[in-house]
Amino acid sequence: MSEEVTTPKKAKRERKPREKMPEQAPEARIHNFDEVPFGYTEQQAVAEAERCIICKKPKCVDGCPVNIDIPKFIAQIRDGDFLGAARTVRSTNSLPAICGRVCPQADQCEVLCVEGIKYEPVAIGNLERFIADWELANDAIEIPAIPPPTGYRIAVVGSGPAGLTVAGDMAKLGHEVTIYEALHRPSGVLVYGIPEFRLPRSVVAKEIDYIRQLGVKFVYDVIIGVTITVDELFEQGYHAVFIGTGAGLPKMMKVPGENLVGVYSANEFLTRVNLMGASREGYDTPIRFAKHTVVVGGGNTAMDAARVSLRVSGNPVTLVYRRSMEEIPARREEIHHAVEEGIKFDLLVAPLEVIGDDKGQVKAIKCIRMGLGEPDDSGRRRPVPIEGSEFIIDCDTVIVAIGNSPNPIIPRNTPGIESSKWGTIVADEETGATSRRGVYAGGDIVSGAATVILAMGAGRKAATAMDAYVRTLPLTRRNPYGDT
Amino acid sequence: MHPLHSHRVLAEKIHEFWVEAPLVARKYRAGQFVIVRTHDRGERIPLTVVQADAANGRIRLIVQEAGKATALMAKFGPGDSFLDVVGPLGKPTHIENWGNLIAVCGGVGAAPLLPIVKAAAEAGNNVFAVIGARSKDLMILEDEFRAACKDVRISTDDGTYGMKGFVTDVLRKWVEEGQKFHEAIIVGPVVMMKVAAALTKDLGIPSLASLNPIMVDGTGMCGGCRVTVHGKTFFACVDGPEFDAHGVDFQELILRNQAYRDQEMRQLEHMADDECKLEAQLHGEKSHV
Ligand SMILES: Cc1cc2nc3c(=O)[nH]c(=O)nc-3n(C[C@H](O)[C@H](O)[C@H](O)COP(=O)(O)OP(=O)(O)OC[C@H]3O[C@@H](n4cnc5c(N)ncnc54)[C@H](O)[C@@H]3O)c2cc1C
Ligand code: SF4
Ligand code: FES
Repeated sequence: MSEEVTTPKKAKRERKPREKMPEQAPEARIHNFDEVPFGYTEQQAVAEAERCIICKKPKCVDGCPVNIDIPKFIAQIRDGDFLGAARTVRSTNSLPAICGRVCPQADQCEVLCVEGIKYEPVAIGNLERFIADWELANDAIEIPAIPPPTGYRIAVVGSGPAGLTVAGDMAKLGHEVTIYEALHRPSGVLVYGIPEFRLPRSVVAKEIDYIRQLGVKFVYDVIIGVTITVDELFEQGYHAVFIGTGAGLPKMMKVPGENLVGVYSANEFLTRVNLMGASREGYDTPIRFAKHTVVVGGGNTAMDAARVSLRVSGNPVTLVYRRSMEEIPARREEIHHAVEEGIKFDLLVAPLEVIGDDKGQVKAIKCIRMGLGEPDDSGRRRPVPIEGSEFIIDCDTVIVAIGNSPNPIIPRNTPGIESSKWGTIVADEETGATSRRGVYAGGDIVSGAATVILAMGAGRKAATAMDAYVRTLPLTRRNPYGDT
Repeated sequence: MHPLHSHRVLAEKIHEFWVEAPLVARKYRAGQFVIVRTHDRGERIPLTVVQADAANGRIRLIVQEAGKATALMAKFGPGDSFLDVVGPLGKPTHIENWGNLIAVCGGVGAAPLLPIVKAAAEAGNNVFAVIGARSKDLMILEDEFRAACKDVRISTDDGTYGMKGFVTDVLRKWVEEGQKFHEAIIVGPVVMMKVAAALTKDLGIPSLASLNPIMVDGTGMCGGCRVTVHGKTFFACVDGPEFDAHGVDFQELILRNQAYRDQEMRQLEHMADDECKLEAQLHGEKSHV
């Protein structure tokens, strides 16, 4: 335990409760896709900032994967220096309005906050969001002076958080950067997976604008490894390539009935709604309007799928997860929001079979209750089926949200790039360097499905290493080390 | 943006487009497809590439009007553009020198089959083809098949052209006449593929079928294109689109392809109700993309 809390002066300090973020009432928000929390007012932000005791050896910073100087920016908010706070945050996090909304703060920085040991942790995530929103609303994003062009050209594959981070950092160093994206829109899971009520498109768009203003070029509808290979990128004169293609390959349950009409992977369901506008007036992509949806899984993806289904269908949604509430991996806030919205949680339950009617449409799902046994490799207690506890849930839609494997296109089509037996690309943890010279990788394609901030952290490290690498190359050669 | 160079109506509700897509044209091999989006609020739909002209950076697509997206395409003319064309997707057809290849197609299935037939002929196969259509006016690409094949036979449901009956009737008769086939490739409506695959299985001819499930991204990300082959699940967009016809669960594919039929029908009714609004949507949106 840290000294600050035990010093008599601080101990007598009046403890104020954590500022609550105002939000849309559950009854109202289940009928719309508007953002759920409204964000702090200036007064609230200052009041919350005042709860921070500005530790000399701040533990919270250790929990932040990009090491934001948390006490510094919180002190700046406390003093009303919002611009300064914005600069502090942005100096280590290029997507703060996004991270403020989707990072698992409760498990990263806030869990280490000393205030939380005896009391409630400072709402670091809410403050980050406040300051990023303030910066966007006041057009206060400072486009840094870009050094003269270095002449080095960088190709970034994938426009998710990993790719965006690398691109932004490399552009700031004077390199010429192009992002290649397979879909017709930038930002990966941030737009096709995470729904608007959690991360509004306008927020993502503004952060993308920032990256664009740094001089980064975006090319859509191009699948690297297929439309253009990595070798061809080198032939075209790129000096280094970063691969941030994410974990976009849905895992299925491998139970009978899984391909019945009405069984979706969460990726498909969310993509239809979030990227393709399904269920909205004027958009052509179809979607099922379920009478009762069962979502399988307990991560952020499962929460998102459940809450989107509730909004699209207006009908009940049940979430089944094979462990207990204690092990559920989603962000706390989203679980809390899902519960408030009336999503039914059926925990310690695993699916056995999807049952169809004579038209091949889902009519029920057969499940079994689980007990918790010894901890497994992940340190969580292993769920074990309880014999004879099978039961049936009637439903017409099943959404499978049990995880994603790395996208295999690049590893499959690129000679010289080593990948693991899980399909991830093997890359050095500190530099992102792959087994092929000039090719770097980071984010979910390396770690397996993880988080936005970890993808960004990997992007940041790779950018540093790539910068050092390209500067060793002679500029005169158009095709440096395009070999394997 | 992908400008259209030409639009020709091949038969009722069957349209041929040459579209600018230089990156796709450069890489394309027989059997591959693209995902197309016509306008900002449109669907992403998969379309097989029938031919590529790498020198001019163009690809040839043949589209049958079915849902709203394809009905909308039918209204596009030279000077209009498709918003997105992504590809080439899917594995190219695995072609070897089998000997005698029998190519079986029905309806617009002739379009995806044509490039495969051409590639197989180039690889030294003797290609024979059975083309089926509901009636003579719906027959497409016959001349091009004749140019690539050793022999072509035709069936129509109503007997207006070729043999009256189904493609399987032609195939069975051909085999009964003593013609030997070492490999079959089957493309067309799922019901037709199902019946044809059952026959080639009986006849002991190894067969490939090119499947057409509903797709969204075409890159393996959504899993919507799941098909069952020999009891295992595959993603048609990355593992296919061609599979061993004798292992495909066609019944499942038929059902999955009908998942949104009601919604499509409703959309089409809407369209017919209000053609002008559609025109406005189409042209209005094109001006700001
Ligand atoms: C529904 C859902 C909710 C989530 N919620 C949270 C959350 O609340 N908090 C959190 O921290 N994390 C969350 N995550 C996880 C987080 O989104 C990912 O960890 C993060 O986006 C990974 O970033 P990335 O840059 O590695 O990849 P991605 O975001 O997956 O981006 C990869 C991009 O590369 C493109 N691409 C793929 N292959 C190619 C190719 N060959 N050529 C060109 N482009 C290609 C893809 O189209 C995509 O745009 C969630 C994930 C999902 C699915
Ligand atoms: S947020 Fe918590 S741990 Fe971090 S400086 Fe403030 S009080 Fe200390
Ligand atoms: S179309 Fe999405 S995985 Fe095949």
